[in-house]
Amino acid sequence: MERETQSARTAAEARAAEAQSPEAPAGTAPSGTVRATGASATDVPEAVVHRPVDGRPGGASATGPARAASARAANMSAPGPSARRRTPPVTSTWRPAGRQSGPMPSAPARRRYWIILGVLILAALGFAFGSIAYGNPMPVGSRGFWLIGQMRATNLVVVLVVAFCQAIATVAFQTVTNNRILTPSIMGFESLYTLVQTAAVFFLGMGGVVAVTGLWQFMLQIGLMVGFAAALYGWLLTGRRGNLQVTLLVGIVMGGGLGAASTFMQRLLTPSEFDILTARLIGSIANADTQYLWVSIPLAAAAGGLLWARSSRLNVLALGRETAINLGIDHRRQTIVVLLLVAVLMAVSTALVGPMTFLGFLVAMIAYQLADTYDHRYIFPMAWLTGFVVLAGAHFVLKHLFYAEGAVGIIIEIVGGSFFLFYILRKGRL
Amino acid sequence: MITLSTVTRRYASDVAIGPVDLDIPAGGITALVGPNGAGKSTLLTMIGRLMGMDEGRIEIAGMDVSTTPSKDLAKIVSILRQENHFVARLTVRQLVGFGRFPYSQGRLTRTDEEIISRSIDFLDLTELESRYLDELSGGQRQRAYVAMILAQDTEYVLLDEPMNNLDMQHSVQMMKHLSEAAAELGRTIVIVLHDINFASHYADRICALKDGRIVRFGTPEEIMVPEILTDIFNTPIDVVDGPRGRLACFY
Repeated sequence: MERETQSARTAAEARAAEAQSPEAPAGTAPSGTVRATGASATDVPEAVVHRPVDGRPGGASATGPARAASARAANMSAPGPSARRRTPPVTSTWRPAGRQSGPMPSAPARRRYWIILGVLILAALGFAFGSIAYGNPMPVGSRGFWLIGQMRATNLVVVLVVAFCQAIATVAFQTVTNNRILTPSIMGFESLYTLVQTAAVFFLGMGGVVAVTGLWQFMLQIGLMVGFAAALYGWLLTGRRGNLQVTLLVGIVMGGGLGAASTFMQRLLTPSEFDILTARLIGSIANADTQYLWVSIPLAAAAGGLLWARSSRLNVLALGRETAINLGIDHRRQTIVVLLLVAVLMAVSTALVGPMTFLGFLVAMIAYQLADTYDHRYIFPMAWLTGFVVLAGAHFVLKHLFYAEGAVGIIIEIVGGSFFLFYILRKGRL
Repeated sequence: MITLSTVTRRYASDVAIGPVDLDIPAGGITALVGPNGAGKSTLLTMIGRLMGMDEGRIEIAGMDVSTTPSKDLAKIVSILRQENHFVARLTVRQLVGFGRFPYSQGRLTRTDEEIISRSIDFLDLTELESRYLDELSGGQRQRAYVAMILAQDTEYVLLDEPMNNLDMQHSVQMMKHLSEAAAELGRTIVIVLHDINFASHYADRICALKDGRIVRFGTPEEIMVPEILTDIFNTPIDVVDGPRGRLACFY
């Protein structure tokens, strides 16, 4: 093997040298491609004398044509179609430095990514410290300060988990659906959550809210949402002519149906019951109970970690079904696996703090712009951090400046909605 | 060799592709021609396992496309469809790099990088390799897709009308690149073509389809006969000896 490469290399070099002399006035040589003009088309291509002359854009750099010529020379070794396909010998003679592929097209792009990531980390730390320290009556650093800080830190952990779930779920969902204006919440998770909450209040009255809080109830809700998703995907995607678009459409229609059922029940509630219910249905960090975290964190970490580990497959899935299959991905299987993991993340987030329709969308949209790469290994951390900064920022502002802790969902939906409109209208490209 | 035996796909009781029996030998360019709706693209997508069939069996180099793992097939056969639209923003080099996915699963080695460079050079994209796809003209983008397929380094290459939307100059360049790939890299290329004159000039074999069945399979000389062409395309066609080979005239 070694020796083959070696000899092939010298042969290639020799040919390269040969090819370069007649090739000197590259691009101007009128000799053209001597593809037997008069001869009939069935001439075996062995007769084809190939000369690398073509419509190369003028003003090619000095190294360009020579490099291409020698590259072509290396390729010209195969005699004819009857020969087995060969991978042309790998040589390093003609490979100029810096021709590298990778998630970032250039060194400045790479630097830009890490700088933005650093700024986001600083912002995240800033908001985290801010929410612990702001209005903390004890002097910074004292024991009392940290005691109060610890209590407040729970909220930060919730923000961290929710940002993780929403960011990763949305990015992965948009990748498998090949659509950057969808959010996983259209698949009916949130409608299902709303329905469960509404039904509890509707049938059990004021006490219903209590009936659906608690660790078991929490896990049951997650199970219900994931089960719903699994049934939907299993039914619609595994069929012989299973189709993602149809699945999404059915998800939206079912979400709409569940939403309508909730609205109907809400119409029949007394104003005070409705008031209590509304508080549960607007996404709020304060909804989360510390004990839920013991279930949420491992679930989110497992599902998110699995998605993260699939980054390179997600990169290929983003190219669309046909290209993905061409590159050897079992598209249907991978799609179902990703959608199920997304369902777990969305279910955890929704059960923890309630519906947050625009958070994931907003975060994913910003993350694509900031990361500016196709590679999910780089998009995911950016999205998570963006999510944390947005959510912690909204929480901080609302809690400490407006004393309206419960309404994080509202501000995010307003900001997210406006950002969405602004973005679409301004850029016209996703 | 690509072997199709009684390959059938039904759409309605009276609309079906096949049954098709066909052996496409290894090496050279085989063109699939025929009128609209003849089933050329469908047949190609079935060979490329992008679409299932209702009956029959397709083997590529002895591997059954419906049972062989997609991962293994990706190293034997590659397929490029007409329409490619990506959500992610990619540079030419990043796109071509995806062609190495079956081998490297996303972690490009030095060898991969060299094959990527070579594919890019082969299609004269060297100067454009760090441009984003949305900054390229249609013809350049089409070449980038073909470069990705070549980087996949498969013995069999299936192309569905790669000259769609290309002007004359770029169509000719594309076909020259493809015949170079067939001749120099020893690839077996199966290509759906709309223009019978392109097929006649560049293909080694022409396979004519009509109403979901194969009506003719042979060398361009055998197919480029007025009666045969008239019958295939349902329109009067004359064949004249042009300065660069036979030409079908149908205007």
